[in-house]
This record gives sequence, structure tokens and C-alpha cells, in this order.
Amino acid sequence: MSIPGLLPELEVIRKDFPILERVLAGGHPLVYLDSANTSQKPQVVIDTMVDHLEHHNANVARAMHQLGAESSEAFEAARDRVAAFIKAPSRDEVIFTKNASEALNLVANTLAWRGDLQVGEGDEVVITEMEHHSNIVPWQLLTERTGATLRWFGLTDDGRLDLSDIDELITERTKVVSLTWVSNMLGTINPVREIADRAHAVGAIVVVDASQAVPQLPVDVVASGADVLVFTGHKVVGPTGIGVLWGRREVLEQLPPFLGGGEMIETVRMERSTYAGIPHKFEAGTPPIVEAVGLGAAVDYLDHVGMEAVHAHEQAITGYALEGLQSVPGLTVMGPLDAASRGGAISFELAGVHPHDVAQVLDSRGIAVRAGHHCAKPAHARFGVQSSTRMSSYLYTTPAEIDALVEGLHHTRSYFKLGS
Amino acid sequence: MDLDALYQEIILDHYKHPHHAGLRDPFEAEVHHVNPTCGDEVTLRVHLDDGVVRDVSYDAVGCSISQASTSVMTDLLIGKDVDEAMTIHQAFLELMQGKGQVEPDEDVLEDGIAFAGVAKFPARVKCALLSWMAWKDATTQTIEKEKA
Repeated sequence: MSIPGLLPELEVIRKDFPILERVLAGGHPLVYLDSANTSQKPQVVIDTMVDHLEHHNANVARAMHQLGAESSEAFEAARDRVAAFIKAPSRDEVIFTKNASEALNLVANTLAWRGDLQVGEGDEVVITEMEHHSNIVPWQLLTERTGATLRWFGLTDDGRLDLSDIDELITERTKVVSLTWVSNMLGTINPVREIADRAHAVGAIVVVDASQAVPQLPVDVVASGADVLVFTGHKVVGPTGIGVLWGRREVLEQLPPFLGGGEMIETVRMERSTYAGIPHKFEAGTPPIVEAVGLGAAVDYLDHVGMEAVHAHEQAITGYALEGLQSVPGLTVMGPLDAASRGGAISFELAGVHPHDVAQVLDSRGIAVRAGHHCAKPAHARFGVQSSTRMSSYLYTTPAEIDALVEGLHHTRSYFKLGS
Repeated sequence: MDLDALYQEIILDHYKHPHHAGLRDPFEAEVHHVNPTCGDEVTLRVHLDDGVVRDVSYDAVGCSISQASTSVMTDLLIGKDVDEAMTIHQAFLELMQGKGQVEPDEDVLEDGIAFAGVAKFPARVKCALLSWMAWKDATTQTIEKEKA
């Protein structure tokens, strides 16, 4: 089937991902529609990591031998690649963390501590109702600890940010505005730049959770308007255990250190220590070395395919899926219904069947989706539902897989004896 | 994967037509249990009198397995001595944690034996146990209150 926008070499791309050859119980070929949860990994990422462990393994920046030099070089080269991938003005602004959650917690914690950007009583932090729990809870902790106030943008019925009260929400009391670029549940792409400009006009810093955006959109951190932007490696065809925090140099230099330990110091005396400059100031302890190296290979792979092309593919598949899902009686899609204003995650309800049961029946046909609250309980509550089923595509998803999903959903309805 | 082993007719029947649903008075303890991974929730009340489980009432949201399990549990436990109810609870727990290797006793578990297949689906065991854990919690609270 040919749909405009699909990656022209889709079959070649699929061959890069060995797991897509998996045949599951009952002889069903894998239909992997859970990429917003974690993406699959191309052979080049797997090989790069194995090669590093087989031939170059050593600690970084502390080993005075040949392997140490090779390992340090590979690790720092990964930083260069990530910086180029997100168009960071400086490689030093790219900090490796464990994941996006750690990156957000790093920012929310250090903002509570003494420093130029310290958040205190009377200050306000603004988030949105469509955030992943990892962009809600750290800010709740920050505001509870400091006596600041947490406020948030509500959502419209079609799953977009309700910006009608932006002037009441973003005021001279606002110190931080933190929001997701692309919703992991509703798929909505938010007008980050517009909100960032308002936040900057009142002197607030802008934190962007780009966990779902970096996998799907061409990202230019400076153009986005963010002061801090975070994402995780495993959703961009990289490994787990590695996340990225990008921050404008001035902001990162104003924040106090997060974890103390090896690598993040300049010198240590018993009375007091001085700290390394960025990025090492925020990278205490032995970092996830092979994971960083794997992430470097992952973003290289995506660069090679081209993020414009990946985005076009996602939009084509999402449009095709939205159309197919409408054919299932009793199915309601949550979030915007036009593919152009959303990412590749589509959450839906199927009247009469609980999402767990939907996922179970689909799984028996080899179709992997996610069921539950997708770590976005407030967004579900906003739409009066407890949980939903979510399909999410990526650069390797085919229209035939969407057909299998739609057919699987028709089958689910008949399995649970729902009339048409 | 044998879907029919999981979704026995009895389970689907209880899911569509749950028994003893709704919250009722009187009760000695009310608990609220949540499965944090999927968000399934149950609010459950127990009414004990003279060592007998007089009523178990509930308001629950969740999948077919969790809803049917709640319904079957109320059928099994209402009217039983607390000690006997605890024995049934233990038998159901062992069945669910048995990874599909435990042969259920129909005399004890009645419709509950339909859940034997659930034990083979590790991701769904918590669904089946949600309200059973809530019942034990509420019952233990009630007994402790009586003692105090």
C-alpha cells in the first residue's frame, strides 16, 4: 500500500530492526505498536554497544591507559552527536542522565536550593494537565518543599492546551513553566515557542519535556524557546539507562550541582569543594558509558534516515490509523483528530471492553499496545476515564500493521460479544 | 496463547452482570485499593457480625478479570464464618500465585476455579487479587477495631 509521506525504503528500514522478525506465541508475527513506551533498536545500535564492550571498555576520564582513552573518546563523541542532533549551540550544554525523569528531577531539585534561580515562597511554577507523571511529581515536590505554588494549564475537550487563561497563569510571580512538547497520551503537539515567549516576557525559565518530541520531530533546541529540554535515549532507538538534559549555558551555570561525587569536582578539601564546569558538574560518578555510546549511534541512525522524513512517515501512519480506528464501532479516540497537529501516539476507548482486555486480546494476535493510564492519570481524569488503550507507531511501522490492529479490534469486540 | 483459558465463560458472565455491586450500609470498615500500574480501583466495605461475614459491598472500576473476581469473591464470602472466609481467601491466593501449577479445589472455590487460567498470565494476577486484598485489609481492620 502506498500512502503519501511513508518512508520510501520502509522495508529496508524494517530489516535494520532484528526484533521485527519475531514470531510470537501461536505463530503470530510481531506487530509492535508500543514505540511511545519504548522504541525498538536497530542492529547498528546493538553492534556499536557490543563492539564497545568487547574492544574498548574502560572507565571514562579517569583511566590513564589506551582503553581509557578510547572509552572516553567514544563517550564524548556521543555527546557531540547528541548536541548536533538537537542543534545545541555547545556540546557542553548536553548532560547525560539516567533518563528523562532524572533530568527533570535534577532541574526541579536544584531549583529548590540556594542559587540565582532559587524558587521560594510566593513564587509560582506552571505545568499542564497533560503532563506525564514525571513532569508533575517533581514540581509538586519542589513547590511543597519551598512553599511555592503549583499552577497548571487545563485542557480543551479536543485535547489541546487551554491557553485562554495564559495571562492569569503566567505572571510576574512565575519562576518556571514546564510542559511537554508532544503528549504521550493525547498525542497533541503543543505550541512550545508561543508559551516560552510569554514565560520569558515575565522572566520565567522554560523546561520542555521532549521525550515524545525528539523521537518524532526535527528538534532545534534554541528555536524551540526552551531554556532546558529533556528526553530519554530508549525512545529514540537507543538503549535504556541514558537520558539527556540540554540547558542553555547561562541557566546550567546558575543552577547548583545536583549529585555530589567523582567527576563533578574541580578540587576537594575537607572543608569545601569547588566544582567542575558543565557538563561534568552534573555528571557525578561513573556515567552510563556504553549506553551513551549506543545513544550516539541511535541519533546517527535517525540523522541518516532524516528527521523530516521520520516525521512525515509518522504523520502518514497516524493519519491512516486515525481513519482505520474510526471504522471500529464504539471506539473513541482521545486528543486531536487531525494527524498534522499530533504525534504518533493514539489513545482510545472501546465501549464495553476494558483497555486491559483489549490489550490482552490483541496480544494473543501478536499485537503489542499499551493499556492503562500511561503515567498520565490527571489527563485521563480530565476526560473522565480511568484508563485507555494506546497504539504508538514509529519509523518502522507499516500500514499493514495498522490494518492488523483495526482487524484485531473488530475481533476484540466480537470476542466480548458486543453487537455492531 | 490460549485466550479462552483466561476468559472463561463464568468470568465474562460475572463481568457483564456483577453480583453484590454497590456500596451498602451497615459496615465496620471501608478501604480503597488501587493497582498503581494500571489504575484499577476498588472501594470495598465489610460488615461482620458475630464472627460472620454479613456483607461485602463495593464500587470498582477495572478490567474483566478484576471485576469478575470481585463478583465471585462476594458470592463466596458473604454468609461465611470469618475463619472459613479466610481459608477461602488463602486458597484463592495460592491458586493465583501458583503460576498455573496449582489444582484448584472446586468444593472450596466454586466459581473461583474459573480463575485458574489467570495464574498463567503473570500480568493479570494482580487484577484478580485486587479486591481479595482489599477484603482482607478491611476484615483485618474490623477485627482489630473489635479487639481494641
